[in-house]
Amino acid sequence: MGVGIEVTNLNAWYGANHTLQDINLNIPANHATALIGPSGCGKSTFVRCLNRMHETNPIARVTGSVRIGDLDIYAEAKPVEIRRRVGMVFQRPNPFPTMSIYDNVAAGLKLNGYKNRRSLDEIVENSLKNSALWDEVKDDLKKKSGASLSGGQQQRLCIARALAVDPEVLLMDEPASALDPVSTSKIEDLIFQLKAQYTIVIVTHNMQQAARVAEKTGFFLNGRMVEFDSTHKIFTNPSDKRTEDYITGRFG
Amino acid sequence: MSANLPEIRARQIPVQKLKPPAAQKSAPSMPPTPEPSPVRRFLLARGNSALADRGFHWLMVLCALSIFGIVALILWQLILRSQLSWHAFGFRFFYQSFTDPDSGRKMYWDPVNSQFSAVPFIYGTLLSSFLALLLAVPLAIGVAVFLTEMCPRALRGSLAFLTELLAAIPSVIYGFWGFFVLVPLLREHVNPLLVQWLGWTGLFNNDNPTGLGFLAAGVILAIMILPIISSLTREVMTAVPHSQREAVLALGATRWEMIRMGVLRNARIGIVGAIILGLGRALGETMAVTMVIGNTPEIHRSLLSNGSSMAAVIATQFTEAVGDMHLSALIELGLALFIVTIIVNAFAQLLVWAVTRGAPVQTH
Repeated sequence: MGVGIEVTNLNAWYGANHTLQDINLNIPANHATALIGPSGCGKSTFVRCLNRMHETNPIARVTGSVRIGDLDIYAEAKPVEIRRRVGMVFQRPNPFPTMSIYDNVAAGLKLNGYKNRRSLDEIVENSLKNSALWDEVKDDLKKKSGASLSGGQQQRLCIARALAVDPEVLLMDEPASALDPVSTSKIEDLIFQLKAQYTIVIVTHNMQQAARVAEKTGFFLNGRMVEFDSTHKIFTNPSDKRTEDYITGRFG
Repeated sequence: MSANLPEIRARQIPVQKLKPPAAQKSAPSMPPTPEPSPVRRFLLARGNSALADRGFHWLMVLCALSIFGIVALILWQLILRSQLSWHAFGFRFFYQSFTDPDSGRKMYWDPVNSQFSAVPFIYGTLLSSFLALLLAVPLAIGVAVFLTEMCPRALRGSLAFLTELLAAIPSVIYGFWGFFVLVPLLREHVNPLLVQWLGWTGLFNNDNPTGLGFLAAGVILAIMILPIISSLTREVMTAVPHSQREAVLALGATRWEMIRMGVLRNARIGIVGAIILGLGRALGETMAVTMVIGNTPEIHRSLLSNGSSMAAVIATQFTEAVGDMHLSALIELGLALFIVTIIVNAFAQLLVWAVTRGAPVQTH
């Protein structure tokens, strides 16, 4: 089951660049939350702070607190532990090209020393079913490389890979922006199904996408969160003038 | 500048004569063409340089072909000059041995009786190169991993530069260092320990008091091929996209796991290429090996024994060959070495290109 995320006074920097300023929000468990905003507004940085990927860049810095479930991820845990609980799907599909489809999905478990073969088979199958890829790849799980799939399939493979470690939260950083419309709609359907089991945070440039998949939407601008509310309210009756300007296409 | 001006004026005249009728034919309704600017006139008078361009093209083709020409010429000369030995021994040259008529001992290389075999030299070349790889590969990969994944940015450039500087040291200097520093060190401190602890393997026998031998050659070669392997490994590791590293990290990997699964695994074919390229260098390395291997045409199981290599025997005996057959046998050794190193290098380059040129190599 998914858990909620509580962000308090989150600030982030890249070098001297203050990319996130005083972010406060509560992301509800088992829902999809969309983050929208123009390029460079800090929404990608924000999700990368939720699994401490932000700090893999040597010039990056974070202050503030992020609670995922009961765990304060900056005060009480190491990045490695957090990333096992918080899955991430990136903008560009990044399957492991030297591994078979099966090994791609099993990578997270094998990495952490999971040995039970029979249950591994089951987990791989379930993850691929959950990411709606099973029927397309079940015949060459161990024959084909992860890189031999199409872009849309690769992204669903990456989702399966993230799901295989049974995360509590799934972060998606523009998961469909490199994909064609058909693949995009498959990913969106998937998000819709997955939020029953996981807390999903999705960064998107596509406002229709946010409206379709998310219950909650946050609007970011210049490193600040301007507005966070139910998706319906954000798109029909935003409280902030800047949000309205953005969703009506006046800038961004 | 002033010297060029009259020339430009002189070339204006034919242009002005040609220009008006052409303009009238193609566009009669256009307003009269204004006088062309000096720059335009200068450029129009330049011609199309077709002849010079074609000349340049063929000159460059010639330069490129000369590479193949040189290789072919070397090969041709080696084949030609090794005919004597080839006709005398044939393929037996690469596996035969003789019995010394005086002592009854097994022999491979007997210039006095004109009996020659490549076996001990092939053995020495392969053994010393293999030892070199054994020592250099882990070290080189370690250096590359440190430089690409862990080293602070400020240090990276200078450290990489230093490793690559190792490749610029002339091999005879390595030989000196090997002879005066490494060999005594091995003799006094390392070899006794090896004999004591690993003597039971049969690979370390206490029968050579000099400190020279296969091990010394292997260590020297390892240092010499280290920069090649590490700099190429670094190159292929840098070519692995950052997204692969992030993918592994996001699954909860430690740094070592990230390097193993996200970087080394993707770069492995290129790393194999880098290793083979190092092997190619080790096989052909002459001077440093000659100075520390001991130069006896014998085969020993012990790594502490004296031996020789293909390149070393050519270097030591070429100037004092005692007859046509001796010389021819040396050249045949050279031919064998030439062919082997060319094949090894070509194969290695291919592997490195496969990784650094395009996307990560697919193995399924």
